[in-house]
This record gives sequence, C-alpha cells and structure tokens, in this order.
Amino acid sequence: MNLTYFRHGVHPPELKELTARVPIRRMPYPSEIVLPLRQHTGKPARAIVRRGDRVERGDKVAEADGMMSVPIHASAAGTVRAVGLWPHPDGTRSPAVVITVDPYSAQAQRPRMIPEWYKLPPAELLEAIRQAGVVGLGGAAFPTHVKLTPPKDVALDTLLINGAECEPYLTTDHRTMVEYPERVHLGIRIMLKILGLTRAIIGVEENKPDAIAALRAARPQDLDVSVLGLHVKYPQGAEKMLIKSLLDREVPSGKLPMHVGVIVQNVASVATIAEVFETGLPLIERIVTVTGPGVARPANLIVPVGTKLGDLLAACGGLTPRAAEIVVGGPMMGNAQPNLDAPVLKGTTGVVVLTKAEVKSYASYPCIHCGHCLDACPVFLNPQLLGSLARMERYEEMTEHHLADCMLCGSCSYTCPSNIPLSQLFALAKAALRKPKAA
Amino acid sequence: MTGPGILITASPHLGARDSTPKIMWHVVLSLVPVLAAACYFFGVSALLVTAGATAGALVTEAAFAKPRVLLDGSAAITGILLALTLPPGLPVWMAFVGGAFAIGFGKLIFGGLGQNIFNPALLGRAFLQAAFPVALTTWPVPRGSFWQLKGDNLALPFMSPRHVDVLTGATPLGAMKFDHAGTQLWKLVLGVTGGSLGETSALIILLCGAYLALRNYLNWRTPISIFITVALFAEALHVVNPQYPDGLFMLFSGGLMLGAVFMATDLVTSPITHLGCWIFGLGIGILVVVIRIWGGLAEGVMYAILLMNAFVPFINRATQPRVFGHAAKGGRT
Repeated sequence: MNLTYFRHGVHPPELKELTARVPIRRMPYPSEIVLPLRQHTGKPARAIVRRGDRVERGDKVAEADGMMSVPIHASAAGTVRAVGLWPHPDGTRSPAVVITVDPYSAQAQRPRMIPEWYKLPPAELLEAIRQAGVVGLGGAAFPTHVKLTPPKDVALDTLLINGAECEPYLTTDHRTMVEYPERVHLGIRIMLKILGLTRAIIGVEENKPDAIAALRAARPQDLDVSVLGLHVKYPQGAEKMLIKSLLDREVPSGKLPMHVGVIVQNVASVATIAEVFETGLPLIERIVTVTGPGVARPANLIVPVGTKLGDLLAACGGLTPRAAEIVVGGPMMGNAQPNLDAPVLKGTTGVVVLTKAEVKSYASYPCIHCGHCLDACPVFLNPQLLGSLARMERYEEMTEHHLADCMLCGSCSYTCPSNIPLSQLFALAKAALRKPKAA
Repeated sequence: MTGPGILITASPHLGARDSTPKIMWHVVLSLVPVLAAACYFFGVSALLVTAGATAGALVTEAAFAKPRVLLDGSAAITGILLALTLPPGLPVWMAFVGGAFAIGFGKLIFGGLGQNIFNPALLGRAFLQAAFPVALTTWPVPRGSFWQLKGDNLALPFMSPRHVDVLTGATPLGAMKFDHAGTQLWKLVLGVTGGSLGETSALIILLCGAYLALRNYLNWRTPISIFITVALFAEALHVVNPQYPDGLFMLFSGGLMLGAVFMATDLVTSPITHLGCWIFGLGIGILVVVIRIWGGLAEGVMYAILLMNAFVPFINRATQPRVFGHAAKGGRT
C-alpha cells in the first residue's frame, strides 16, 4: 500500500466485473477500415496514398507532418477506397483514409527486418518509435517520441508507469498487465534506456490485485522497478494525481511532469513500445474494452485501428434492447456517439454502452451551494463559482479563478446533486478563450 | 443501429446518486422526529402551527414559482423549520402569514432556490416577531392532554386572540435572564420545558442532525463550531462571573440546538468551504452568547444566524483553498 495520496476526487462505481476476467481475444477483420489523419495530439498526419492504391498491413498511409505529429499505417491489407471526410469519434467530420479490406489477404505483414533493440543507441530507438506511429494509449494520444525527448535542461529521475485505469468499466490496461507483464517490463527497459534513467515505478489501483501480482512476478532482477498499489479513486490516473500519489510531488501550475523530474507513460503504451521491437509492426492495432449492460457479449478485444464502432459492437454480439448511449472512452470523460461509422482510434481505450437508467440525468436544478463540487475537485478549484461565471459567459474572470488548471475530469459534474453540467461549461469556456478575439 | 431514443449527453455520463430533491426530502424526513417530539410535548397545537406555516410556504411557492419547483421539497423545509421556531399557542393564521413571508421575501424575491442570502425560515420568524411581539413571546408549559389547545390556535385573522386557560411560563432562557433562575440540565436535554415547538428536545435534534451529517447533507463543521464556541465562551464568562449561566446551560437551552443543526447548516445560506464553516460557526457562537448575556432579548440564535448569513459571500471568498500546483499565499509551493 502506498502511503501518499492525492486529496479530493470521487468514488464512482467501478463496474469492471463485466470484463475484468475476460481474456483478450482478436476480433475478425472488418470489411472496411477508416483511418482519420487526426488521431493524436499535435498536427494531423498528411495522407500519402490515393484512391485505388493497394496497401499491405503495416504500410504507411499518412506521413507525420512536422515534429509534433506521427505517421499512420494501414491496419489491414486492401485497397484505398477514398481519402476524404468521415465521421470522427469527437463528433466532427474529419479527413480520413478509407480502406476496403481484401477478404482473401492473409493479413500478414510485409517481410521486414526486426531491429534488435538492445543494439540500437537511444536516438535510433526514438526514431523507430516515431516511425511506428506510437502515441500514448491512455486516451490523449500524445506522440510518444516527443514525450521521450525532454529538453536538455530538465533533470529527470523517475519513469512512472500509469496502470491506475480509474475510469469505470474499462479493463484494457488491467488485462494488458495480467496477460502481458513481460511486455510491460520490456517496454520499461527500452524507455529507461532512451531516457538514461534507472528507476521506474508502476502505479496500479488496488482493485486489480491480479495485475499487481503478475507485474511483481515478472519483475526483472537487474532493474529498479517497483509496483505500487494506489487508492481506488477517480481521477487517480490523471498524470498530476498519479505523481502526487506515487512521489508526493506537486506539478506546478502550467508545468509538465518533467519539471518535477518525472516522465509518465500509460501501461498500454509501454506494452506497445515493446511490441514494436518484438514484431517490427507499427501501431496498427490496440486492445479495446467493449462493455456495459448495453452490449450482448462484453469483451477485451485486439482491434485493428480504424475499425468502425458498428463492426466492433457486432463482434461483441451487438447491442441489447436496453442500450441507450454509446460512449467512446470511459463513462467519466468519454464522448457519446451519434454515428457508429466513427472508427476506433489509436487512443480509444474502450466503448461503453450504457442503459438509460444509469446515464446521469440531465434535468438540472439551481445550485444549492452544497459544496460537494469543491470536495470533489482534485485540483482544489471552486467549480461552484466557475460554473456561475460560465453561465454568465464571464470567461475572462474564470481565468482569474484558475480555469486553466481544470483538466475536465468531470468529478464536479459527477457529484453535483443539481446536475449542473459543470465540466461541459468549463470545456465551453476553455474553447471560447482559445478562440482568437475578433478584431 | 442509431435508432430513435439514442442518448447523446455530455460527459461524465455517470452521476452520484444524490439529487437536490432527494437531499431536500431527506431534510424533511429528518425533521419528522423533531416534529413528533413537539406533538408529544404540545399536542395538537404543534400540528396546527406546523400545518399553518407549511401551508403558507407551499401556497406562496406555488403561486409565484414554476409548478415543478414545489416537488423539490425546499418550501416544505422552510415551512416546517419556521413552525419549529414558533410558540405552540400561536394562532394558525399568523403561522400561515409567516410561512408566506418566509418564501416570498426570504427566497422568491432573490430569485428562488439557491439565490437567497438569508435563511428564509428565520427571516419569516423575524417578521413575525416584529409584527406580533406578544403572540410570539407567550410560552405555554408542556402539560395537559393531546387534544387540549395550548393557546388560541384557531383565532380568526386580525382578531385579538381570546384568552385560553393554559399555564404559561418563562422559557429557561427567559427565567435565567430576567429572574436569574436556572433550569435542571436533564430537563433541557429531554425538552420538558417551555419554548417553541422545536426548542425543546436537544437529544432528538442532535440525533436527526447526525443522520444528515452522515449522509453528507449538512456540513458537520458548522454545528460543531457553534457548540464549541458557545460552550467555551459562556463557560469562560461563567468562571469570571458566576452570575452568568454556565456553558452547558447555554448549549442546551433555547433554540441553539435547532438553530445550529438545522438553520445554520442550510446549504444555500452557509459557506461552501470547510474552513468557512468553522469561521461561520465561530461568528454565530460569539453572537449568540453576546446577545443572550448583554442584549435586550432572552434568545439570540435567530439574529446571530441572520447576521452571519450576510457574511457568507465574504467568508467564501476569503477561505478558498490553495489550487493544486500554485504557491500558497506568500509562500512556496
């Protein structure tokens, strides 16, 4: 048990039992793959294929556009049907490469040389990770090679591996840790080499004792890697909360984890880095939890990136009659989907289908100043005050009350008895403040 | 697959199980034992006064607010709480007027639920005390059968109440203030003394408050802060000058229990920060003792809470916690 922790936060029901013990399996290839060019933080990739081109599994279909960008690869062999606008899980329509999957292809990868990672210097390891299109798999999809290239003037001492998985329902990271602990440790070894560090800590919420046991059993003798249990509390998996819990360090406002000597990487991303060097394949598939009372057969699936939500749900027996809301990501921070043609992205952790009874009611009441939101906010903001300012569109004043420190975790909205959509108001305010002011 | 009836809501998609109406109705529920105690001590008169005040509150809310608002339970709380501050012999029509004033001028005029600065029930009582000073200070002694009225409850509006043959007497605080006569502590704790409906049984009020605090429907820091302040301040004065009542008497007499547990903790009109609740309670505690000992009134809980209500916005602003990752005021991170 870890003795330090972060204060505040909320305790949503865990609801992980639907898939926590379901082994990961591979889903069959769908007939069509959609690869949006924008599926990572930073600049969207640039398409390098045209309609009619034949692509093999693992071929690059879009090139990184600058340093803060990563390439995108075909997750199945087939023919490019179109390069154009397609529904994106964020609710917009966004440029994408659409591939008709070749039903007769064995979906083997093109023969390629697998680099032996331990012979490569850190710079080449980084380049291999960049070329493989690796991003953080915890949801934000931040390009991994950027994270692993801290500026020279930053002194790092610890690599933190995020296995908290604090979102209800999701078991992607859980199953990865239970089934592929060696891969997690190999990924840590590679990252430590790149960063020139010797110490790594894996933080896992204590509701996953089997994951903690598996990681401890597979721990290599020659590395300083510890596995620590974390309080089961949302948002334990938020970077700043994880650092506070594991190291009792507070990332200053507006700064990054590296400014307190830490790099944080999600456990599934670490496993992916190992996979890149084990198989030579770029990031073209990932593990997705498909769950919730609205899914006939909840599962943890290896899914080709670009699989449409409809195909993914069909692979899990389709929807049940009670299905009411389809959420991509976890139920706390994920997006409800109006269109099942939207695809699974590199950062898609799960698809959760909720029933009407469990979806938070949207009938809202006036604020009664109960203060529950203040007790929930993990960064100690005053959501009550920020919410009333947002209602009046006094966005500049919200900046004075530290809106920038809000990470939109949704704890305040979750706990509000009056159902005031606080985090939605804050997202709107942030968007309004980002917009350049009219001349 | 995206058939009719599909939901698209903003995240988070799950919510805690508490809702504002649920909190309000739980407060109503927690007032039932207090009300039952009032009926035990004052019989049918307690029911009549409560019915009058609650009806006044509900009718006013229904007349001026949206119909849906009635279901949230907040007007019922105001009505019942107001009744608990009233003497059992009060004519029902006065209680009705008090309930109507509490909702109309205590809540709706500010913009309805969540907008008011002052506790509506106490504002209603302050109005009644100013309008009907004699009726509001006639305290029957808990005695007699259930069906015996403890005053002219059924007086017609604006008629002077008939004299009803019931035994009235000073409240423990009045006896202390004006006759320097003490009351035994066990009587105060159990509530077998004269006083308003809810001024009597400290024990039941504490139990009901504990229930709400366990459910996190009130901030326990406010009443605890009031209790500590009143007990210590009064005890200190008692030590200096034994003529002043001691701390325990101050704690268990008058409306202190009812005020500290149910009025000062009103979510809308109390601070939202924990530190703010401690300060709020401290202020109320000091004011209660000051008014009771040096003021012209025997009881000071009502004005103490109303005065401190006015400071809540300042208290909230001054007690904002340090934001994560920011340096403390004048210090380092």
